[in-house]
Amino acid sequence: MDAHAVADHGHGHAELEIPFNVHPRPDTGLYNGKLGVWLFLASEVMLFGALFSSLILIRTSAAHWPRGWEELHVIPATVNTFVLILSSVFVVLAWANLRLRNDKVARMYIAATLLCGVAFMFIKGYEYSLSLGHGHFPKTSNFFAIYFTMTGLHGLHVLGGMVVFAYFLGPGWKMLTSERERFINRIEIVGLYWHFVDLVWIFLFPTLYLL
Amino acid sequence: MNDHAVAAHDSHDIPHDDHNSPEHIKREIRVYLMVLGALAVLTGVTVFACYGLHLPIHYAVMVALAVASVKGFLVAGFFMHLLSEKKLIYGILILTVVFFAILLWGPAHDIADKFHY
Repeated sequence: MDAHAVADHGHGHAELEIPFNVHPRPDTGLYNGKLGVWLFLASEVMLFGALFSSLILIRTSAAHWPRGWEELHVIPATVNTFVLILSSVFVVLAWANLRLRNDKVARMYIAATLLCGVAFMFIKGYEYSLSLGHGHFPKTSNFFAIYFTMTGLHGLHVLGGMVVFAYFLGPGWKMLTSERERFINRIEIVGLYWHFVDLVWIFLFPTLYLL
Repeated sequence: MNDHAVAAHDSHDIPHDDHNSPEHIKREIRVYLMVLGALAVLTGVTVFACYGLHLPIHYAVMVALAVASVKGFLVAGFFMHLLSEKKLIYGILILTVVFFAILLWGPAHDIADKFHY
């Protein structure tokens, strides 16, 4: 074990510290958290890729497949697209303002991102209620099975991101004063995750609603 | 000094290299706002073409996927900084794209067999 990776915090016992969580490793050129998130996102591509692949297979094999706008509610989904795009911009603006030391502005942008997440979930809930109200359930057809599975999984990812942003806005914020650079890196990598969630929606929206 | 100690040492003194200079960050912010505008316009274009005009499915697929690809490039390139990322990240993503292509090729191959294309 690297002697530098162990630190005594005065409690009589040594704590293992994760190396390279602020500055880049010389061999990868990346700090470990960022590499870890990219590897995670690669696995996420495969997860959603499997579902898109299933959609293509089921749709092309079906005798009849409805156009998305015949069965789903395009207007709320379009509003949700704008909400997610806006939230992605808020994350990068939060990250940029932290680097500019405009901490209050950055915190406002993180709060705005979280609010966008809440708005997305509310609109998605409204849309679900409309579909269920019309008697459209996952068991109704392959179309609705795919629709609820993919949007449901995407919604869970939005929820996961919201939990992380709520943590950074609340108890996690104090790291900004103790380990400023590490906190800024954390915002960068949660941002990468959030942009990926946005990216999935960018393809999910036309595939399910418009085609 | 390990990485953690370095962080504690300079936590109040972020080095202002070129990428962290206020001028550079302000330029980045302007780019982010331009990308926001482009994404909003492209979303409008997709909805208008596919939902407003009710394009036939073949044209709708081409328009929707082309516009989604451009939007995806903007998000990945500018918000996720893929345009200026390290080689290792590109390596990971190329590997992912290869496996993703295999995942899509499987069903396509099956469909081609089924319909004797």
